[in-house]
Amino acid sequence: MSVSVETRRGRGPQGVVAAALGMFDPEAVWMIWQRDLVRFRRQPTRLYGSIVRSVVWLFALGLGLRQSFVPVSGMNYTQFIFPGVIAMALIFASLQSAISVIWDREFGFLKEVMVAPIPRSSLLLGKALGGASTATLQGIIVLAFAPLAGVPLTVTSVVAGVALMFLTSIAMTSLGLVIAVRMTDFEGFGSIQNMVVMPMFLLSGAMFPTNDLPVWLSALLVANPLSYGVHAVRGVLLNYYNYPLALDVAVLSVFSGAALSIALWLVEREG
Amino acid sequence: MAILSDQGFVERPVIRVEGLKKSFGEIAAVDGVSFEVRPGEIFGFLGPNGAGKTTTIKMLCTLLKPTAGRALIVGHDVVAEAAAVRAGIGIVFQDNTLDEYLTADQNLRYHAMIYHVPRGQREERIQRMLELVDLADRRSDVVRTFSGGMKRRLEIARALLHLPRVLFLDEPTVGLDPQTRHYVWEYLREMRRKHNITIFLTTHYMDEAENADRIAIIDYGRIIALDTPAALKRMVGGDVVTLSTADDERARQEISTRLGVEEILQRDGHLTFEVENGESFVPRLVSSLGVPVRTVSVRSPGLDDVFLRLTGKAIRDEEAGSADRLKSRLRERGRIKR
Repeated sequence: MSVSVETRRGRGPQGVVAAALGMFDPEAVWMIWQRDLVRFRRQPTRLYGSIVRSVVWLFALGLGLRQSFVPVSGMNYTQFIFPGVIAMALIFASLQSAISVIWDREFGFLKEVMVAPIPRSSLLLGKALGGASTATLQGIIVLAFAPLAGVPLTVTSVVAGVALMFLTSIAMTSLGLVIAVRMTDFEGFGSIQNMVVMPMFLLSGAMFPTNDLPVWLSALLVANPLSYGVHAVRGVLLNYYNYPLALDVAVLSVFSGAALSIALWLVEREG
Repeated sequence: MAILSDQGFVERPVIRVEGLKKSFGEIAAVDGVSFEVRPGEIFGFLGPNGAGKTTTIKMLCTLLKPTAGRALIVGHDVVAEAAAVRAGIGIVFQDNTLDEYLTADQNLRYHAMIYHVPRGQREERIQRMLELVDLADRRSDVVRTFSGGMKRRLEIARALLHLPRVLFLDEPTVGLDPQTRHYVWEYLREMRRKHNITIFLTTHYMDEAENADRIAIIDYGRIIALDTPAALKRMVGGDVVTLSTADDERARQEISTRLGVEEILQRDGHLTFEVENGESFVPRLVSSLGVPVRTVSVRSPGLDDVFLRLTGKAIRDEEAGSADRLKSRLRERGRIKR
């Protein structure tokens, strides 16, 4: 009898545990994560756009400005901006993925997820992992251009680079989720590009060295979480550090945790 | 309040709503509705767009918090016990919420994951539900390639995958052709027969509402009538006569003075009224009118006549464009400022 009641309610043992804990539902996290990856695979145009943008930035700017760039510890301009172009792919993809939540929860599949008996925290975590994974995949494709940009790759630098790209993407997706939860209309969608993505990218040290900058500009760079992602990726790929790598990892981790907590708080408050 | 069933034992209502209200700013979208739905019943909310149907369904599905009143689904409060309510209900929204980049199988599998359907049963249940809605042979196809009717059927299969006690359908057949609508209803009735599921639906289609065991007619956020379709139609009385003449205004006066019909609705170049026996009335009507009659029709009353009688307007007058619907939904979430 008790078996049929269980079946009737459609709830397996993990579900009961998740409901009891009220906070973590591994299967829900996995489902949302997996869905983002499947969708990404079925929408190759998203990828082509990202590749074209990265290549244009890397070679048009990298070669165009090479003459006027004073080499930094032996790096030419193409080599210098290479990690920055990876960071650009990461921030674009991460924010796009997070912001798509607005439409998705109103008119799409996410609406179905919102009425499912799963904790909101697992939904956000799954979305952060999904967005970060698809962003990292785009970063990896840019990374494949490293030999053309004159950046030598080693097994260590690739493994460490990918790990740091993923951490940077988690931070950016989490930030995007806070914006998505807060955003009050779809018109804001485009302005995110101008008000968040471009300023963060340009003020991250992706395109210029950060030594000898005016104090106010340095302050903006220090306050920008993407700066730490750029610094970390540049560090492991080109062995160029201004401060220890551990600081980058710490800042990105703390920032991600804080942003996800804020997003969760906002979602739960909204009811 | 308990309901005495046909078998004589006491059944608890599956849905119990008391004074439910939702206001957006100063506007009450749902203005204190109360009703109960019995186990296994098909219960319909009939009303024009903007009457408060979707807002009601959102509150019952835990997506929107009521301003006042309360609702219990299978004994659980929609605010205090939202998780328990969610586990026990299935929902088909007005808009398609399938992921079109996924296959039918993936859409159902993901649903099974977030509704915690026991792993060992997933395979078999997905297959059974797909067979039920005649989509078993499209299991591995991407949903983008499906027709509107197929998508709707897949959504119904998905909503039933976790064997909910109550199935909520918000305008389940809007945008589907009549034949597909017919099929969708066949599937729904079969589901009810097999699993004794209670169905709550909203609609602004009169013929769709006929599928319900009981109907609540809702207008401006209030229930203005609640009964079986047959009983509602009896409210209209006899037959409905519709005619058009060369001079409707004069015809209207003549019908009321010479034939003693008090209530005549004049709209869209037609006069509509109710009489005891339509067929014997028409010859008298034609001979006693001083204006030429162009067309006359007599028919048994339908639910649209009930709606017309209760509100003085036809439901289709209220149909808004899709852009308006979009806006009203965004407004509901408070995302657009008026």
